This record gives sequence, structure tokens and C-alpha cells, in this order.
Amino acid sequence: MTLALFLQHIANALSLGSLYALIAIGYTMVYGILRLINFAHGDVFMLGAYVAFYGTALLALPWWASLILAIACTSLFGIGLEKVAYRPLRDSPKISIMISAIGASYLIENLAVLLFGGRPKGVEVPELMGHVVNFGSVSIVVVSLVIPVFTFILLAILLWIVHKTKTGMAMRAVSTDVEAARLMAVDVNGIVSFTFGIGSLLAAFGGILWSFKYPQLNPLMGVLPGLKCFIAAVIGGIGSIGGAVLGGFLLGIIEILTVALLPTLSGYRDAFAFVLLIVVLLVKPTGLLGKRQTEKV
Amino acid sequence: MKLTKNYQYSIVALLAFAIFLVLANSFFDAFTLRVFNLCAIYVILALSLNLLNGFTGLFSLGHSGFMAVGAYVCALLTMPPELKEMNYFLVPIVPFLKNLTLPFIPALLLGGLAAAFVGFLIGAPVLRLKDDYLAIATLGFSEIIRVLITNAQTITNGAQGLKGLPRFATTYAVWITAGLVTLFMALLMRSSYGRAMKAVRDDELAAEAMGVNVFKVKVTSFTVSSFIAGVGGALLGHMITTIDPKMFTFLLTFNILLIVVLGGTGSISGSVIAAIVVTILMEALRFLDEPMNLIFFRTAGLPGLRMVVFSLMLMIVVIFRQRGLMGGKEFSWDMLRNAGAVLARLGRKIRPRKGGRNA
Repeated sequence: MTLALFLQHIANALSLGSLYALIAIGYTMVYGILRLINFAHGDVFMLGAYVAFYGTALLALPWWASLILAIACTSLFGIGLEKVAYRPLRDSPKISIMISAIGASYLIENLAVLLFGGRPKGVEVPELMGHVVNFGSVSIVVVSLVIPVFTFILLAILLWIVHKTKTGMAMRAVSTDVEAARLMAVDVNGIVSFTFGIGSLLAAFGGILWSFKYPQLNPLMGVLPGLKCFIAAVIGGIGSIGGAVLGGFLLGIIEILTVALLPTLSGYRDAFAFVLLIVVLLVKPTGLLGKRQTEKV
Repeated sequence: MKLTKNYQYSIVALLAFAIFLVLANSFFDAFTLRVFNLCAIYVILALSLNLLNGFTGLFSLGHSGFMAVGAYVCALLTMPPELKEMNYFLVPIVPFLKNLTLPFIPALLLGGLAAAFVGFLIGAPVLRLKDDYLAIATLGFSEIIRVLITNAQTITNGAQGLKGLPRFATTYAVWITAGLVTLFMALLMRSSYGRAMKAVRDDELAAEAMGVNVFKVKVTSFTVSSFIAGVGGALLGHMITTIDPKMFTFLLTFNILLIVVLGGTGSISGSVIAAIVVTILMEALRFLDEPMNLIFFRTAGLPGLRMVVFSLMLMIVVIFRQRGLMGGKEFSWDMLRNAGAVLARLGRKIRPRKGGRNA
């Protein structure tokens, strides 16, 4: 393999990894606060991409305007989803909430089939994003460069919110101990809604950037990325934002480079994530950056 | 020994069902019969998932993987050599399997055993995990199984799948298996093994303190459930007569989960009833996907509406009646009698009595 080709693969791996990281953050934040796998997160990602698509295709908005529209709609949707599907079950056994999440995920997917049609839709990639730049013999699509940049900007903002603002402090408090946080006059429901809003916002971002990189939409497009990003979050240590980013990049890099270096394994590409997940869970059940929790009686 | 009234009812009901089975087998048209048999297969699958989710408290999402193992092993063992040659036109099958043909029942059992073996191998490491981690890990394993099947072309024929399997899963075969599985579950839940499983479900630490070997109980439950799932998968394959890796996606597990939750996690009779009702509804509601004539306006075909209805049903049950139809209880004649008494009382209340104040 030539150096140029290798660099090309690295660029691909980094952009895929940052997409995974964006979505994984949503999983990790929700899990950190509610101890719930938001199975519908991948579908929120799909919705983001679709709303942006309709924004440009039907309302003839410029791409940045439809991006804002999609992000607003998707965040509201995420908040609504939590209110309808998860809040009534907050004190029920874990299994019930998880079933509700799976049900919500299927409901969204099938509603999407109903409303958007099952046939894949081609996305018109903005000229700016689809442009190809050449660095010597390496040619990279602009969107592959934009994605990591976007990810790092969003990540910086998120880390600032979580660690420097009062809302962030409340979020950390709720994730440590819901009851104690409530006693300290933290508006738990508000914080949960806020978390879902932020998570969905990141998912929408991820979805739109994804649709620029792989310009085809279908109602089930969120399923596999959703699962993989959840896995990325678990690998990194669920509940930790840094862990989600680490897991996302790790997964993206492993996936691209294994296929690039060992093309015979390309048929197994979708299984890598799961194999990695199982290995990590067995060796270090709380993930790479996760904290060990002891069970209290 | 004098039989109690309840036993007499049960025997009459069983006989009636046997007669119904014979009648159904000879008078139902092909499509109805197929749906009817599908009910039995879903009864088997629902019971096997309920053993994990409802009785042992292990939330597993990997059922389709075990079904795939059972279906493939059984199919490879029953297919005659000529049929194999026809199927494997892209890549020839490995010589070892080429001329191997077994009768259906040993093949079915071997399919189940293969699934149980895979379940045991997977269960031993994965069952150290809890709740959502377990769910994701099992889901991961079922995906891995599917990817392996898709890629192992010389054994499984890859994405083309296997076509034209002999239709061994007749009405009697599936319903007798369903009956045996139901009986097995009922007996299991009365045995000390079943009680140990329920103890693990209700409180792992307490069960351990009482001397239950929690890990062993979990692995046993997982293995037995995989066996039943494998048998169910094999029957499904031999009823549809075609199998391919796309059949065994998460959607299949979702359907089974839907049945278990609707019927009530931890209720055998709930699973049986829900399996039959949901399977029939899944077919009966197919009209939802097609163009409809609603007197005032005609709708174009709405593909997907049917699954929307089912996902909504699942969510409504989970949010408003978490315990499902039976709520962990079992069907009994007394229950029916009580319900009858309640209805009668209600009826008396509604109807004004003769000579009452209102007369």
C-alpha cells in the first residue's frame, strides 16, 4: 500500500470515527443520567437527516438553513420522545423501559416508512461539501475534513456546558444521584429534557453530515450506525463523554483500516463492532474509561 | 381416583383441540393452515424467550441468532444431495456435508442441540453481564452469527440462502412440538429448577444467599432457551421451505418480544395466547398496508401501517399495563369461573330487577 492510499484511509477513518463519536455522545449522556439505552437514538439520527433533506428539497431552503431547521425539529422530537415513552416508566424495572425504547425505535422507523416511503432517497450534497481537494496525490472530499472539525467544535461546546455551567453541574449531579440532586433543588425533569435535547441535537448533526458523506437516505439508515455508536459508547465507558469520543474514533479507525488492510475480511465489517464490544465487556466490563460500580444491597 | 372438575374440563378442552387440529388439517385452505401452523411456531419461540425474560429475568435480544443456527443445521441435515447440488451453484458445498442426509426428527433435535451448544458457548462469558449490557451483548452475538452465516458460503450458501427445503413441518409436527414445549415449561416451572430461576429473577443476591448457584441457573436457562429457539427456527425453516440470513434479523426477535410482553412476562399461558392472537393479527391486519376504501375517501396503499400498529400496541402495553395480558399469572378454569361470576354480577347490576324500586 502506498503512503498516499494509507493517508486516504486515515482521513476516511477519522471522518467516520467522528461521526460515530457524535452519535455515541448522545447515548452516553442519556445513559449517564437515566441508566437507559435510548434505542431510538439511531432513529433520531435518521429523522435529522430526513428533515434536512425535506428542508432543501421541498422548502428550497439553503443547506445551512435546513440544517438549523432539522436540528431544532430533532431536538424537540427527542424531548417529546422522553416525555411520552420514558418518563412514565422512570420508576419501573429496567426491562420495561428498555422494551419501551425498543418499541419507540420500531414505531419511529415504521412511521418513517409510512411518511417518507420505503424507497431510498438521494441527497443533493451542497457544492461546498462535495468539493474534492487534492493534497499531492491524496484527494479528499471536503465533507470528510469538515466532519472532524465540526465534531471537535461541538465537543468543545459540550464539555464547556457540562463542566463550566450551572446546568452542566446539575447534569453531573443528576447522573451521580437523582434523589440527592432533587433534594438540592435540581429540576430533575428539566435536566433530563435538556439532556435529551442535546443528545438529539448531536444525533441530528451526525445524521446530516452522514447524509453528505453517504448521500442516500432510507428509514432504516439509523439502525446499524445507532447500534455501532452505542457499542462505541460502551467500549469507551458509558456515561463518560471522553469515553464515547474515544470509542467512536476507535471503532471508525478499526473498521476502515481492517477492511483496507485485509480486504478478505470486508464481508465481516459489520461484525467488528460487536466482536470488539464483547471483548471489551469481558475484559473490562465498564469500558475503557468507565468507573467501576459496586452493587449495593 | 376421582378426577376433579378442573381436570375433566382440561381433558375435554384437549380433546376438542385435537379434533380441531384434525379438522383444520383437512379443511383449512393452504394459506389459513399456514397461518395456523405459524401460530404454533410462535408459541414455541415465545415460550423460549419467556423462559429467559420472564422466568429467569435475563433480558436477551439474541434469539434470532439461535433460531438461525437451529434452522441452518436442521436444513443442512435434511436436504437430499440433489437439492444441495441445485442450491450451491455459486460455490460448491463442503464435501463433508454433501451426502449427509438424516430423517427430520433427528435433524430437528440436532438443530436444537447445535443452537443449545452455541447458546452455552455464548452464555458462559456473556451471562456475567447484567441488564442492558447483557441485552446488547446478546444482540451483538446474534448479529455476529448472522454475518458468519452470510460469509460462510461453502457451508451455508451465503446470502442466497437455502431454497426448496422439504416441507416436514406439518400441522401435526408443529402443534405436537408446541404442546411438548408448553408441557415442558409447565413442568419445569413446578420443579426446583424453575423455582431457582424465579428466585434468580426476583433477587439475585437473596437467591445466592439461599444457596442457589446463580451463574449455573442462568447458563442452564440460557442453554435450554437456545435449544427451544433452535427447534423453533428449524420448524420455521421447514414450514416456509426457504431460509436465508436476512430472515433472522432483529425484527424477528422483536416480534417474539412483542408476543412475550403482550402475553405477560412470566406467564406460560399468556405467551401461548398472545402468540396465537398476534400471529393471526399480523396476517389479518395485512389489509392495513393495502389500498383501503373508507366510504368517504380511498387511501392509497400504506405500506408500514401494520407495523406502526404493532409498535404502538407494544408501547401502550408497556406504558399502561406493564404486566401484559396475564400479568405473570397462569390460566386456570377457576379464573374463567371467577370472570364468569364477575360478569354475571355486573349483568345483574345493570339489569333492573323484577319488582324492584324502578318497576
